Amino acid sequence: MNGGFHIVVCGSIVPDPLQTLAPIEGPTGPALKNELMLPAVLDPWAGHALYEAANLAKNVPDSKVWLVSLGPKAKLQQLMMSIAQKVSFELVVLDGPAGGFTDPCEVAAALAGGINGIAGLDRSRLLLFGGCSSASRDAGVTMQMVAEQLGIGDQFLGVDELTIQADGSMKLLERIEGGQYQVSTCTGAPAMLAWATGNLPEPPNNPQIGMMNMRTVMPALQKAQPAPVGAAGVSYLGVELPKQRRETRIVKDLSVDEVAREIVEWLKG
Amino acid sequence: MEKILFIAHTQSDGTLPNVAREALSAAVDLSKKLPGSSFVAGIIGQEANQAADSIASCGAAGFLSVTGAEFAVSRYATDAAAVEALVRQTGATLVVAPTTSRFSRALPGVVQRVQGRIETHISGMDIVEGSLQIQRWYYRQRMVATLTRAQRPWFLVIDGGVFPAWQGEPGSANAENVAVQLAADTLRTQVIGVQAPSTNTQTIRPEAEVLFVAGAGWTKKQADGQLHLKDAEELILGFLKNCNASLGSSKSLVDQSVEGEAVLPFMSHLNQVGQTGSTPRHPKGLATCCHGEEPHAVGWRFINERRAINTDANCGWAQGKADVLYVADAFQVMAKVNELLAQ
Ligand SMILES: Cc1cc2nc3c(=O)[nH]c(=O)nc-3n(C[C@H](O)[C@H](O)[C@H](O)COP(=O)(O)OP(=O)(O)OC[C@H]3O[C@@H](n4cnc5c(N)ncnc54)[C@H](O)[C@@H]3O)c2cc1C
Repeated sequence: MNGGFHIVVCGSIVPDPLQTLAPIEGPTGPALKNELMLPAVLDPWAGHALYEAANLAKNVPDSKVWLVSLGPKAKLQQLMMSIAQKVSFELVVLDGPAGGFTDPCEVAAALAGGINGIAGLDRSRLLLFGGCSSASRDAGVTMQMVAEQLGIGDQFLGVDELTIQADGSMKLLERIEGGQYQVSTCTGAPAMLAWATGNLPEPPNNPQIGMMNMRTVMPALQKAQPAPVGAAGVSYLGVELPKQRRETRIVKDLSVDEVAREIVEWLKG
Repeated sequence: MEKILFIAHTQSDGTLPNVAREALSAAVDLSKKLPGSSFVAGIIGQEANQAADSIASCGAAGFLSVTGAEFAVSRYATDAAAVEALVRQTGATLVVAPTTSRFSRALPGVVQRVQGRIETHISGMDIVEGSLQIQRWYYRQRMVATLTRAQRPWFLVIDGGVFPAWQGEPGSANAENVAVQLAADTLRTQVIGVQAPSTNTQTIRPEAEVLFVAGAGWTKKQADGQLHLKDAEELILGFLKNCNASLGSSKSLVDQSVEGEAVLPFMSHLNQVGQTGSTPRHPKGLATCCHGEEPHAVGWRFINERRAINTDANCGWAQGKADVLYVADAFQVMAKVNELLAQ
């Protein structure tokens, strides 16, 4: 590989997890009540992927980061007010729905199309990053499908750590069953890494980075391609909130010993 | 007429993981309820006979395998090639698979290759008027949808804990080996091994009866104005040992280690339960020093009985998220609980 990495991060918006969500029947299938009004955040695991990408690009000279986002243009613009101040990237916008009820196949096709359209992207240096699962559809399949369409045959899911070794090869830790990691090596780019939490805290806002990013963010939003993804072939027969809240018994006036005894009885029962 | 293909991979000892037997139950069920359907099983691994023989009486009309040293490990390129070969060979219309880290990585790319569709994290299945309907959760366990689809092949990836594990007599499956041509660049990835997240005890136990969740309260100043990290560590590890429980955490507690504060050394992000953590399945859960905010509590969707200990009577658990909230000091209560359990 000549030069650094070309890192493409796929990530979009999800409703702020502190919001109450309610399903409704929309014109094209299920949707969220007041979907366009709900405060949104960067999809958390995609966010970790973005911060890891920025950190890698900082440490490997001649690297570059793109953020490819499929979502409603106006909401992405709002998101950029905060995200664009955190790390440097070039934005690619696909203007379409970001809700959970779209089909990952259609979303993956749109994202792959967006990535194929990036001028100057060197496929031999490509690291495709994204979250291991979205907080909306939560299927955990989109990144693999995008990678497959880009011809990337080395894929990693639930990555918490990437180390570039002295010989340029990569060492990866992926989450597997029972709270353990699988350790692998890969000879190098191209590869796809769908990130879990990674190891980095959320970077603080840096207005200088924001100013730099904004030079490309606004034009990217203006030339956003429409991406009318849906869920062709799927019939949703119903979407429901979970049944009934629990009737919580609030125990206030038992002694410590009594509480402990009750808990132990319950555990053994 | 649906052509059902059940797929599984072996574990390092050549046996099938429990989730595979659960997904097999789902496949067997489908084959019985879908009139005219056919049913074949395919196994991937270093060697497949032991696993295939162990499910020989499941009712599959045939057994296929993809075997060899390359297929012993969990790696995208080889796993995807193996599954693709099985799907093409059988012309399957429904592919039933267990949710394992290995298949979660490999199957979506295969779906792309065979121009199929996929549903993951399936938490229920039903045949209604001859048509297959599945259930899965959206927005991280906030709402559940029932859906069906027109496209085939349709990959159905079944979550653990949904179906009972298939039980039956072993026999002779006579699995037929399917040859897979591996491209030259298939082995760019090498699997080195498995590593525990920390040097400490193994705290995540998916099969445990009880999930014990520790929240950030354990590392906060207590009534005496002091931190009690050593006590917290002893109480938590003591309970895990006495009760053989699995350890979960709130985000706030595990984030502290990333931010470099003094923390509980046996905790990592892998313990995190909730919106951006896991959604484990256990019959019982006990939350301690954890506020029970919605982004945390969504990770409790599949915990049947829930109790919490919190000094705050207005914490999230009181809002219909737990069956019982004990308004008490978790340090004191857990010391006594450990004492009783140790007797
Ligand atoms: C995008 C996003 C994603 C998120 N994802 C997750 C997630 O996956 N998982 C998650 O957990 N959170 C998640 N959160 C964070 C969540 O909103 C809460 O901030 C977090 O769960 C709080 O953790 P906590 O309850 O441990 O800490 P705190 O809110 O600090 O609560 C500590 C609790 O300990 C109690 N306490 C203190 N001392 C004692 C004592 N001696 N005995 C008994 N009780 C005591 C206090 O009363 C208090 O209720 C997410 C937030 C966002 C914005």
